Amino acid sequence: MAGKPLLHYFDGRGRMECIRWLLAAAGVEFDEKFIETSEDLDKLRNDGSLMFQQVPMVEIDGMKLVQTRAILNYIASKYNLYGRDIKERALIDMYTEGVCDLGEMIMLLPLCPPAEKDTKLAQIREKTTNRYLPAFEKVLKSHGQEYLVGNRLSRADVHLVELLYYVEEVDPSLLASFPLLKALKSRVSNLPTVKKFLQPGSQRKPPLDEKSLEKAMKIFRIK
Amino acid sequence: MTSVAIKPKPGVIAAKPKLCYFRGRCRMESIHWLLAAAGVEFEEEFLETREQYEKLQKDGHLLFGQVPLVEIDGMVLTQTRAILSYLAAKYNLRGKDLKEAVRIDMYADGTLDLMMMIAQAAFKPPEEKEEDLALVVQKAKTRYFPVFEKILKDHGEDFLVGNTFSWADIQLLEAILMVEELNASVLSDFPLLKAFKTRISNMSTIKKFLQPGRQRQPPPDGRYVEVVRNVLQL
Repeated sequence: MAGKPLLHYFDGRGRMECIRWLLAAAGVEFDEKFIETSEDLDKLRNDGSLMFQQVPMVEIDGMKLVQTRAILNYIASKYNLYGRDIKERALIDMYTEGVCDLGEMIMLLPLCPPAEKDTKLAQIREKTTNRYLPAFEKVLKSHGQEYLVGNRLSRADVHLVELLYYVEEVDPSLLASFPLLKALKSRVSNLPTVKKFLQPGSQRKPPLDEKSLEKAMKIFRIK
Repeated sequence: MTSVAIKPKPGVIAAKPKLCYFRGRCRMESIHWLLAAAGVEFEEEFLETREQYEKLQKDGHLLFGQVPLVEIDGMVLTQTRAILSYLAAKYNLRGKDLKEAVRIDMYADGTLDLMMMIAQAAFKPPEEKEEDLALVVQKAKTRYFPVFEKILKDHGEDFLVGNTFSWADIQLLEAILMVEELNASVLSDFPLLKAFKTRISNMSTIKKFLQPGRQRQPPPDGRYVEVVRNVLQL
């Protein structure tokens, strides 16, 4: 019997959180080995476990996978969350990349020098309100279905709903004029696997606080 | 060595894919390479003015207000990786099963990261650009190329994955050529990559693409940066 996937990352969201969400939504149990110090990271590198010397790394099905997208693609395919054919997949990929672009801006905000933070935050608000949320609201409106692609749950819905939680953390009022997105968020959040993941005590990670940020910067040697 | 070519369904004249982007590399070049390597002819519309961009926006073609844009098989696709992934699947360049696909994804994504660093450097002030490009060469030599040299050494095959030409091979060749433009001797410690470069460059569709006058774009210069800034109002 195949063992559980093993995730290698620091104890925080970063680039691993979307992988945690997708596995959880697919109902797949996973284990985590946290990188606590830069020495831990060095050890993984010296073991030859990290193809491009970077994490995330996920041990799954006898492989040590790196590159967030490659990992997500594999999980989505394996657990049938990637559409029925290459055309559905193309739409899913397009939406996922959009989610990823906005997600990246939000994720990098804590690393921003204090003097630039307000500007960056304003950019995030602007892009959220004028570029990304309207695009997804329009997709849902155009077909009137419950999910973004192919009238069934796919990774695109999981990634988008995860993002909507982060948008709410930035400013809850940003979601106000997007009723279909609010409904999608509710719908996906109530799926048994996702509901479980959203409960306290799950492997879902909280926003980065000062202490965790400092620790992460030490691990990755970011100045 | 067989080259890959598309075979349109009988009785159906496949329309050529239509690409829309600035006249330059940046995010569209990998798409050019993939189509060319697959032997697929394509058409291009070059974005030169703000007005063209605003028209595309108004027509609802740009999901997130961004290019590259590719019209293919009745779809209007944006987002570089979505486009690349679709093309790779359509032209049988994504491996024969999920395990091969994930390896191709890992390798392709790694090389794409490297090439994006080069593309982004074009938009930085001169001193930062110099530093960034030097870093790219260093990363290529110490982080990326050794990995691919080892992969080729371990299996001794002609291609990176599954002994078959794939998207990963196209991306790697593209990355090698781009880094060589920054530092001509970058492959000096990588004999298998040198052989790989020669071998893949000699495949008929790629050889054709590498000839002058083809749809391959030159490295970004000051004029390119100016056009992009103007059109996107950066």
